[in-house]
Amino acid sequence: MAPASAPSPAPSSALSLRDVVALSGRFPLLAGVDLEVAVGETVLIEGPNGAGKTSLLRVVAGLVPVASGQATVLGLDPVRHRTEVRRRVGLLAHASHLYDDLNVKENVRFAVRAAGGDPSRIGDACERLGLTGRLLRTGAAKLSAGQRRRVALAVLVARAPELWLLDEPHAGLDASARRLLNEVIAEATANGATALVASHEPELVASLANRSVTITGGRVTAERPIVTSMNPPRIVHVA
Amino acid sequence: MWRDTLLIAGKDLRIEARSRVALSQVAPFGIVALVLFAFALGPDRAPMAKGAPGLFWVAMLFSSVLAIQRSVSVESVDGARDGLRLSGLDPAGQFLGKTLSVAAQLLVLEVVLGVGVVLLYGASIATFWLIAVSCLLGTVGLAAAGTLYGALSAGLRIKETLLPFLLLPVVAPVLLAGTRMWQAALSGGTPSNGTPWFHLLIAFDAVYLALGVVVYGPIQETA
Repeated sequence: MAPASAPSPAPSSALSLRDVVALSGRFPLLAGVDLEVAVGETVLIEGPNGAGKTSLLRVVAGLVPVASGQATVLGLDPVRHRTEVRRRVGLLAHASHLYDDLNVKENVRFAVRAAGGDPSRIGDACERLGLTGRLLRTGAAKLSAGQRRRVALAVLVARAPELWLLDEPHAGLDASARRLLNEVIAEATANGATALVASHEPELVASLANRSVTITGGRVTAERPIVTSMNPPRIVHVA
Repeated sequence: MWRDTLLIAGKDLRIEARSRVALSQVAPFGIVALVLFAFALGPDRAPMAKGAPGLFWVAMLFSSVLAIQRSVSVESVDGARDGLRLSGLDPAGQFLGKTLSVAAQLLVLEVVLGVGVVLLYGASIATFWLIAVSCLLGTVGLAAAGTLYGALSAGLRIKETLLPFLLLPVVAPVLLAGTRMWQAALSGGTPSNGTPWFHLLIAFDAVYLALGVVVYGPIQETA
């Protein structure tokens, strides 16, 4: 089944959500989110547990349908052009999406090939994430949580998506892996990718992000530019 | 679509080659079922040989539920199902790939159980090609229907118990047609004895393959 023919836009907006509502049964995951993200921007998504950060990323990835409102991802409708959107978006979720019976290299190769990525990038991506030597031939079942995270990240690096959706990306990583993760995100955005980073540890993302968006109760309740000590914060409350 | 089919089938068969669940659990389960049928029917081999076709297919149906549950469960761990959805793989290719992988495992299982039926029940095969055709067509039907119903039950917490409940009544035509074709093959009947059942299996396969290609994607998105 060939995917629906998609237009080939060159959007200046990587993401546009207008009054987006998403439901799980009758429970509102998102209750009217408005958010604009420009291409190349890195946006930190903050908020308490259950606020809707993960749901927001899953809606953008096309895993959760939009019940009402308007959503455009990379210039495309995530419902009508689902396949196209999914191939251009990369989600680092709480789960690593790995098969325990496959080794590291097989997992990365399968995920990259399945997403229509370039398999020739796999070697460099694995090396970048420190997945070398015997570790490449180690079954995913034997990996630690941090190593699984590295494998999932290697898939993203090899795929080089246009929009990176990172859900608590630093969770389970040691200090060196966290630095490496930040380098990888910075490289991706320097190369023109856009990143949405949901995190409970804003200090880890602050050096990367241009802007912070706070979600509470499934709505965007505040937005602020990420500032340095030379530029004190100015919080904008959203109705 | 065919590239995605081979990618998924290759991945699932590689997982099976590593885990050996079909060889170490599904096949032994089928053999145990054949042995238990033999115990139930008593020491006289005549009723066993007579009932061999039906017993073979009942053992196949029960064993295939295990193989299909395994195929579903590999996608349930660590968000793998979401990973497949996110990959943008063609859902029809995913369906056909998983069907192909399950069918390959069931064909091996049929060889094992076929040998078991000959050795345990003293069944003698007169028309081998009729057996081969019934197994091939029955396998495709079981794998296609199983993959489809496996996807339906995949997102549910009660999937382990729901799948047999959904699947076994639906695959009754495979049991019926497969048994009749085996009876014709064991009795040395003419090929025409198996013809209506051959047509039934063809129709069953076509319906479930077509249905799976069309609805697997929507099921995956809503399950």
